[in-house]
Amino acid sequence: MLKGTPFHPRTSALNETHSWRRWSGYLAAGSYELTHEREYWAIRNSAALFDVSPLFKYHLSGPDAETLLNRVVTRDIRRLAVGQVYYTPWCDSHGKVIDDGTVSRLDAQRFRLTSAEPNYRWLCLNAVGLNVHIEDVSEQIAALALQGPKSRLILDSISSPPITNLKYFRLAHTRIAGLPVTVSRTGYTGDLGYELWCEARDAVALWDALMEAGHDHGITPAGILALDVARVEAGLLLLDVDYVSAHKAVIEAQKSSPFELNLGWTVNLDKPNFVGKKALLEEKARGPAWRFVGLEIEWPSLERLFLEEGLPPQLPNVTVRASVPISSMGRQVGYASSSTWSPLLKKYIALAHVEAAHAQPGNLLMYEIMVQHKHRYTPARVVELPFFNPERKKA
Amino acid sequence: MPNTYDALIIGGGHNGLVHAAYLARAGKKVVVLEKRHLVGGAAVTEEIYPGFKFTEFSYVVSLLRPEIIRDLQLPKHGLTILPLPSTFTPLPNGDYLATWDDHDKTRREIARHSLKDAEAYDEYSRQMARMAMAVKPILGMIPPDPTALSPKDLFGLAKLGGHAASLSEKDFYNLAKLMTMSAADLLDEWFETEALKGTKSASGIIGTFLGPRSPGTAYVLLHHYMGEIDGVFRAWGFAKGGTGGISNAIANAARALGAEIRLNAPVAQIIVKNGRAVGVALESGEEIYAKYVSSSLDPKRTFLKLTDPKHLPADFVEAIRRYKIRGSSGKVNLALSGLPNFTALPGEGALHRGAISISPSVDYLERAYDDAKYGRFSRRPYIDCIIPSMIDPDMAPPGQHVMSCFVQYAPFAHEGGWDDAKREAFGDAVVDTLAEYAPNLKSLILYRQVLVPPDIERITGLTEGNIFAGELALHQLFFLRPVPGYTNYRTPIANLWQCGSGTHPGGGIMGASGRLAALELLKDWK
Repeated sequence: MLKGTPFHPRTSALNETHSWRRWSGYLAAGSYELTHEREYWAIRNSAALFDVSPLFKYHLSGPDAETLLNRVVTRDIRRLAVGQVYYTPWCDSHGKVIDDGTVSRLDAQRFRLTSAEPNYRWLCLNAVGLNVHIEDVSEQIAALALQGPKSRLILDSISSPPITNLKYFRLAHTRIAGLPVTVSRTGYTGDLGYELWCEARDAVALWDALMEAGHDHGITPAGILALDVARVEAGLLLLDVDYVSAHKAVIEAQKSSPFELNLGWTVNLDKPNFVGKKALLEEKARGPAWRFVGLEIEWPSLERLFLEEGLPPQLPNVTVRASVPISSMGRQVGYASSSTWSPLLKKYIALAHVEAAHAQPGNLLMYEIMVQHKHRYTPARVVELPFFNPERKKA
Repeated sequence: MPNTYDALIIGGGHNGLVHAAYLARAGKKVVVLEKRHLVGGAAVTEEIYPGFKFTEFSYVVSLLRPEIIRDLQLPKHGLTILPLPSTFTPLPNGDYLATWDDHDKTRREIARHSLKDAEAYDEYSRQMARMAMAVKPILGMIPPDPTALSPKDLFGLAKLGGHAASLSEKDFYNLAKLMTMSAADLLDEWFETEALKGTKSASGIIGTFLGPRSPGTAYVLLHHYMGEIDGVFRAWGFAKGGTGGISNAIANAARALGAEIRLNAPVAQIIVKNGRAVGVALESGEEIYAKYVSSSLDPKRTFLKLTDPKHLPADFVEAIRRYKIRGSSGKVNLALSGLPNFTALPGEGALHRGAISISPSVDYLERAYDDAKYGRFSRRPYIDCIIPSMIDPDMAPPGQHVMSCFVQYAPFAHEGGWDDAKREAFGDAVVDTLAEYAPNLKSLILYRQVLVPPDIERITGLTEGNIFAGELALHQLFFLRPVPGYTNYRTPIANLWQCGSGTHPGGGIMGASGRLAALELLKDWK
């Protein structure tokens, strides 16, 4: 059976579409309004409120909690200060990515790990001989994301103490409406934003407090469709859409290394042994076979293809989570895994896996598009990720 | 001569019918001789009690080869396979364990018992699917004999080797383990929940005279993973009209292709002249002649009952004698006035549309085997139930139900021999066991049919009532089935062929034996 999240009493009353998407066995709103356009603009213009409770969450505590995490993830957890958050992938022993998420150091010996898929067993397998307690707190902890330029203002007005000075990828323990809430300056939109973590029983009261405080600042509950546009603009990847977990892949070709996912910056090869290190060292020396890049579809050519059929350009109105062939000189050299129209950038953009030789920024590749039931190719330029990176994100 | 055919097939079970259909499709004049009044062998549906249709012996389908469905256009001839989405295992402590047809629902359900197992379950299922993919090609080919140096065997070996080479190192090791371990040991490597291990291990013992801790049972587990419906591995389904519906569809296809099917035509003897099979003599005394004779019966019945041993080499006869075909399961079919109500999950629900498995732990199954090992039926047996009328409303009068209970163990060679009293005691053990979990069951029973191995043998002809026409043990699979040297469907007698489940790849409603034998015979046709 699909479950409602702890916010369901509120989100279900707001969901005008009466339809739900599935997120890790929970009901999640695609959009609350009949189109997601206003919800998207709230992210970039005011503040959008997302229910992100379906994330998997684990608490790791004990003298060896740091050692366990450092063994599992690719970043150096020894450098993670109390109150700091890391985004990180983790790999299997062949250096292929299993999942990605955030690690928060709540205390010297206490961490929270979030993930897209269940990872309890994987953590336990790696914890043999370590003095660490692993607890799945996915159901006990409710989570919201408040994202957008007005998010700080809204939170500040109700958070005690205020979070004005909370830095990017840091967290603070505060009270909102008298409820204990952990606020982290993190998110999945590439914008100024926060994620709020509270006990499931406090969820509805927290939602109400935020909606009330945000009312005059344009707070807007937003669903997965709006988030999907923003995260592509931010160049953030999504498990099962942009890559396949090494644990789920049926064949080798479905797996990706962090280097192949543009996550090389998260791989610390200087730290002590961790799962996949040997393979990643070898791959680094050899150079990855694939790259994960941004593509900007060239508008004039696209427009021309449609004009040839007597049509104005017609683009999907939601992010396309399907594989789109990318070619060069008539040969397929990759595939886009997420494509979307960016209302902010006024561009059709895509996240794509491309053979390393074709991944140089500025390269022109061909993007397959269906025009009046015909397969056509239109030029797309390789660009650096992210597509959108506002100063306010870190300011 | 009116009584002369190109090919004559002994036995109208699903393999005999598939074999006939393929030969008829090649333009041959064929006749199937079935001893009973209906086709299907062990895949029959009969109205044993007025208004209630019993899937008397076999009851579910998964392994039926997709190429047979395509080649014989079975859907056109009435084959309809309905989903059987879940497995429900009630537990003695009042709880239950279930796997449903939804990933999230199943994960949450297993996580109630063990968080680790919930995650391991996914990985285990993926690994078994990969292993099944690796072994599956062998289901569609004549098993190459590694000792033979014929080009065909070498080619077959190379083909298999090529496929094995495409496996990752890890998969290859796992495959080696799967071929040698017991189901219980294999599952111990993955899970900690007893009910999960018990229920999963049950697939490793079905139709064998082995317990879940017997080496080799891990492979049988895999055998059950090779089923595929609509391209989905490990999918089990229920055929509309029961398994008799499958037999009827194949028979319809065979007839449409020109095959003749004669019912009430039991064969008494295979006629051999000058070392060559030329026909059969029916019990009625009638003789029917054909260029080729194919037997879909089990090897013991074919060679020890229907063939005069003077036509066979002594070592072959000895090998067939040694062939293990111990019956180990029984069947209890119930006509019910209503639905059993399970204490663990009261009321009518999804569980009634899936399998209900009495398999609370590996220990429970192993104890059930202990009884059988020493010649007695299990006092607390493993039971695999389905309620066909919940899936196909035509199976029982509206509001009433049929319940099919596959039961293990019931040894063919029961201490002191089977008699009516023992049969009823066995039926009581089954009903009593089920009633512990669904107390209203006894009050619902309108009619009870109890079948123990001698009954299965008497009705279907399967020696010792073994449902796979020979146990699915590694020592008699692949190039060892039924006996070394005769795995290519040929026999020591010229023009006598075998095409039943006693040949590669064996058991389950698969049809592969019948098909492969037909294709091989057609290649050889002179």
